Amino acid sequence: MARVKFLCDADRCIECNACVTACKNEHDVPWGINRRRVVTINDGLPGERSVSMACMHCTDAPCAAVCPVNCFYTTVDAVVLHSKDLCIGCGYCFYACPFGAPQYPRVGNFGSRGKMDKCTYCAGGPEADLTQAEYVKYGANRLAEGKLPICAEMCSTKALLAGDGAIIAEIYKERVTRRGYGSGAWGWKTAYKDGVAL
Amino acid sequence: MNTAIQFVRAGAFALLLIFVAAAQPAAAQQAPNPTAQSVKEEQLLKALQPGASVSGRITIPDSHSATLIQPEGQDWRKFHQGVLPVIGGVAILGIIALLALFYATRGRIKVDAGLSGRTVTRFGGFDRFVHWVTASTFIVLAVSGLNLSFGKTVVLPLFGDAAFATLTGYGKLAHNYLSFPFMVGVALMFIIWAKDNIPNKLDLDWIKAGGGLFVKGAHPPAKRFNAGQKGIFWIVAFGGLIMSVSGWHLLFPFEGGSTVGDQQFWVNVHAVLAMIFIAVMLAHAYIGSVGMEGAFDAMGSGEVDENWAKEHHSLWLEERKKLAGNAPKGSVPAE
Repeated sequence: MARVKFLCDADRCIECNACVTACKNEHDVPWGINRRRVVTINDGLPGERSVSMACMHCTDAPCAAVCPVNCFYTTVDAVVLHSKDLCIGCGYCFYACPFGAPQYPRVGNFGSRGKMDKCTYCAGGPEADLTQAEYVKYGANRLAEGKLPICAEMCSTKALLAGDGAIIAEIYKERVTRRGYGSGAWGWKTAYKDGVAL
Repeated sequence: MNTAIQFVRAGAFALLLIFVAAAQPAAAQQAPNPTAQSVKEEQLLKALQPGASVSGRITIPDSHSATLIQPEGQDWRKFHQGVLPVIGGVAILGIIALLALFYATRGRIKVDAGLSGRTVTRFGGFDRFVHWVTASTFIVLAVSGLNLSFGKTVVLPLFGDAAFATLTGYGKLAHNYLSFPFMVGVALMFIIWAKDNIPNKLDLDWIKAGGGLFVKGAHPPAKRFNAGQKGIFWIVAFGGLIMSVSGWHLLFPFEGGSTVGDQQFWVNVHAVLAMIFIAVMLAHAYIGSVGMEGAFDAMGSGEVDENWAKEHHSLWLEERKKLAGNAPKGSVPAE
């Protein structure tokens, strides 16, 4: 089985936000929730770079470690998913996540959180694959259809790569070698304790 | 003339060619190399101050998403999964062990003179109402809070994922809602009891005598509240205040510009203080019930035995008797 990852080649990202839009559309993500976002570092300065970021599906995921109800699980493809039936919306995963991936609908009282929503790597949730119940809670399950995440597939400059970690790292390395520069595989050290050696 | 001009032109053109040819390699060297300029993740992470995060600009309306990587999340995880359970375990199991040891060696503290059968009003209805509003909500808050920290290791295996998550979900709701009566209770307690809890010289003598807790028959004099009770009072007042402030930050995330870093800080304050608070309250509950004969009546019926009052609050009883001499009995609660 593959160990799937995301890799954003920031030297290619043009901050078009197509990944953000595609994700929202594919999964009918409610208003106010963004499973994916594009952050521009050093905006307007020389060396500005944009990075598309979502849940990185960490190895030894911090969210899973701190969850008080153990609602997270990791699939055979190393995708970190969670059960909205178990989630109580406590916010701990948001405190622990290095990438700000967990999102909470503002339902209920005070400023309190509804059940957490995050990027599923287009792999749905614990419900049976490709069912309506799964779609309503977690969105489309493209992995079950043999497809990769929509964000990476849509990427106009192929900056965002999704797939087997070893293969996308190889593609990235080849690019860096050919063009002679690369700003790094953003988030990899933090998520996988392992960068891409350039 | 024409030939002269043409000659000059040709010469100028040749010169230009030479310049261009000479400039060509230099221009090639200065071709923009994005590598030299681009921000690199590794540099950004290395340059980060503790607690800071890698952030940028974002075009979606959610400004909190502008944080790209917040490494302190992993520190929070280490604290929450590593340090906090140890603090909680030591504090709560430690106090239970101490109380068990105390009970084993000292036993139940009896009223030495025996019960007189005559009672005196120690706490009126409002005092007891405030106490029990605070105490009952505290118990729910403590149990639901402990469940968040230890539930998945202690309770989850007993009930299974689904039942435990449902239970914990109700626990979270109870925790959110009952925090408000708890806050009101702590505030009212402060208002009605603060004036009798101001430390004075008498407390020093009480502490020197160990409160009479460790020696049979020793009863250092005390007014309405002894030094031990005053300690409990101030722990509840200040502890309750900090629990309320920290909890407020968690009830209303991001209100007033609070960041994820602030929330990490406040949840740690809330959790650590809660562990200590629970440990202190276990001791308080012990001495107010099984630990001492006649003590529970103070908050139960509000009427304590006169001999109990004589032994534990001698000066207060004298004051009460003086007051009772001037006014009809039972009209004035313990003030």
